Amino acid sequence: MAGTPEKDEISGVNTTGHVWDGIRELDNPLPRWWIIVFYLTIIWAVIYIILMPAIPLFNSFTHGVLDWSSRASLERTMEQAAAEQKPYMEKISGESLEQIQKDPELAGFVQAGGRSAFAVNCSQCHGQGAQGGPGYPNLNDDGWIWGGTLEDIYQTIKYGIRNAHLDSRQNIMMAYGKDDILSREEIRQVAEYVLSLSGRSENAEMVSAGKEIFEAQCVSCHQDGGIGDTTLGAPNLTDAIWLYGGSREAIIESLTYGRAGMMPPWEGRLSDDTIKLLTVYVHSLGGGQ
Amino acid sequence: MADVKPKLKLEETVAAAAAAAEPRGADPDHQGPVETVDVEAVNSKEKRAPLYKKREKVYPKMARGQWRKIKWIVLIATLAIYYLLPWIRWDRGPGQPDQAVLLDLPTRRFYFFWLEIWPQEVYFLTGLLILGALALFLVTALAGRVWCGYSCPQTVWTDLFIYVERLVEGDRAARIRLDKKPWTFDKIRQRVLKHAIWIFIAMATGGAWVFYFADAPTLMGDLLSFDAPVVAYAFIGGLTFTTYWLGGHMREQVCTYMCPWPRIQAALFDEDSLIVTYRDFRGEPRGPMKKGKALEVRGDCIDCNQCVAVCPMGIDIRDGMQLECISCALCIDACDTVMDKIGKPRGLIAYDTLPGVEAEARGETRKLKLIRPRTVLYGGLILVVSIIMLVGLFSRSSLDLNLLPDRNPIFVTLSNGDIRNGYTLKVINKTDRAHLYSLSVEGLPDAEVSVLGNGERAEVSVTRDSMQSARIFIAAPAASLSGSLTDIELVLTDENGQATAVDTVFKGP
Repeated sequence: MAGTPEKDEISGVNTTGHVWDGIRELDNPLPRWWIIVFYLTIIWAVIYIILMPAIPLFNSFTHGVLDWSSRASLERTMEQAAAEQKPYMEKISGESLEQIQKDPELAGFVQAGGRSAFAVNCSQCHGQGAQGGPGYPNLNDDGWIWGGTLEDIYQTIKYGIRNAHLDSRQNIMMAYGKDDILSREEIRQVAEYVLSLSGRSENAEMVSAGKEIFEAQCVSCHQDGGIGDTTLGAPNLTDAIWLYGGSREAIIESLTYGRAGMMPPWEGRLSDDTIKLLTVYVHSLGGGQ
Repeated sequence: MADVKPKLKLEETVAAAAAAAEPRGADPDHQGPVETVDVEAVNSKEKRAPLYKKREKVYPKMARGQWRKIKWIVLIATLAIYYLLPWIRWDRGPGQPDQAVLLDLPTRRFYFFWLEIWPQEVYFLTGLLILGALALFLVTALAGRVWCGYSCPQTVWTDLFIYVERLVEGDRAARIRLDKKPWTFDKIRQRVLKHAIWIFIAMATGGAWVFYFADAPTLMGDLLSFDAPVVAYAFIGGLTFTTYWLGGHMREQVCTYMCPWPRIQAALFDEDSLIVTYRDFRGEPRGPMKKGKALEVRGDCIDCNQCVAVCPMGIDIRDGMQLECISCALCIDACDTVMDKIGKPRGLIAYDTLPGVEAEARGETRKLKLIRPRTVLYGGLILVVSIIMLVGLFSRSSLDLNLLPDRNPIFVTLSNGDIRNGYTLKVINKTDRAHLYSLSVEGLPDAEVSVLGNGERAEVSVTRDSMQSARIFIAAPAASLSGSLTDIELVLTDENGQATAVDTVFKGP
């Protein structure tokens, strides 16, 4: 590409010496407006350096006359957002859960604000779409372990489940196998009975044996016929929703090792208004009672 | 130093250099023939060009003739449209803006006479831009850069600015004289007046721009009482500056250096495109008209340079087709005027094609070929896009549905084993009345549809001229699903029984 600069015969202008496929580049002077713009950018750079954070120093940097920083800018943005949310949050603060749910002015805010609060605080366990997973309840369906009314959901979010908080919801699913309460055979029989509740048993003999054990060991929480009890946090064993999976293996595993999922209390971490917002949002996901 | 051997040691080199530096004759032993190199310093002081080139000012002379007339008409028409369009009123009923053309950014509506374009119909604007581009291609293929020469805003405003300049300072010769004059009171007066008018026009240009984005009479009042939003003043300021600077000072440099369009247009030409051409076979050899000299031995060009004087781009069209030429045809007018005076036929400079000129030089005539593959292609594309847009425009529904299935979770198993899908439904009611739509599902017999917050009633109500968002749940027994995807339709029926359906899918395990 490089070559010797020479004079172009036709135009009388020097070439730069650059040649591409025999095409040579003329070394014409730059247009004045271009030079002016170029100088303006230099002037602008100087102004920018004076105004804005620019030059790194050993332990710090030049802050600039305007003292702008992305951190302060974020704080301002957050303050602005909080100020814009304030009327809504005040409304939520002053209204009961039922009122919030029926308030048409809050409908949009509950969906948008609830979704963000959920994404920040709840999605780690329950999933971005509140779809849950093994051990983490799906909040979209109509099966509720601790109840699906607004009050139930509020209580659950505020105090959590099986944690150290005094008002936390507490119960225990014992490890019948690990703690030698039931033998392996008995556990298989109970599992067969539980499967029969949703019409999936294969062995009638084992079902009747399992039913006997179930009535001795399980009905105090899961109730007669395994319909569960939301006041005790005992899941309904007759429906199509399984927190830890509904296969024979999963049921045997639950019986053998017990289950004790934990949900932290959000009181103190989230404001009461945010908990109310989340309550109405979760209730709106499709399963609220 | 021909006697110096190729391989030299440093000492020898120094000695040889010292010997060569000695005055001749001092040591006859070292005297030898010295080679003179025929070379010139590439960057010699005489040849060194300055780092930047100062613009050489163009003083376009006033031309008179048919093309100039057309240019005036186009100038008046385009400027009138630009300045007056926002002031045209159009009654749309109470509570609606009554401005014929309005880009309402806060409410995200574009009003164009009887049309009201919503943001999701922005493809109409895209279609307009595509049409504009295709029209430009077609015009360029047919008649070269006439867009540049007649209707480009840069040309129109520059023309207007030159007109003002001519009014205040006089025509070309007077302007050249004035530039050379020392700063007298009269020169200052003329200059101040010229720039004041320019700035006034520029401000009107920037001012007219903002009227497209808000109710013009209200904004005019706000602007005058300094109550208008800062952004309006910022836009006026910015456009005032660019209009004044580009129209008053930059002028032809914008087209030659800044605008990419001339380069693109150069690729759109073919040999049958009309360009402003100097018929050299007729004009050459050129020479001034002198009494007594036979006209037969020389061409029609009398070298009066009128074509050069009127050119706003500062070129000589007789040099042939040039990048700078904007096909404005002012040189044609200037030359025709001269031809009339010396009693020669018009058209020494004219719109013609290159092969056309060659044919005329041979004494033949060549028909103008308007129908060529590329013009047919551009014309056809324009027709197709126009038809698509018109069909789209006339089949625009007053109800737009947008149904977005939940992606997470894609479906939910309910306690009774039913499968439920969630959707976000957006209903856009473009009519001026509120509507109540009842929802039903087609394609899944046992499906039940419900709307969040509406209890048992599967209904969505939408107020006039607005968009309503609703959470929709559709539940169906798992046994009724044939696979993991079922095609269904959500049907919205308004209070008059008018049904509108939207296709979607129902997902299951």
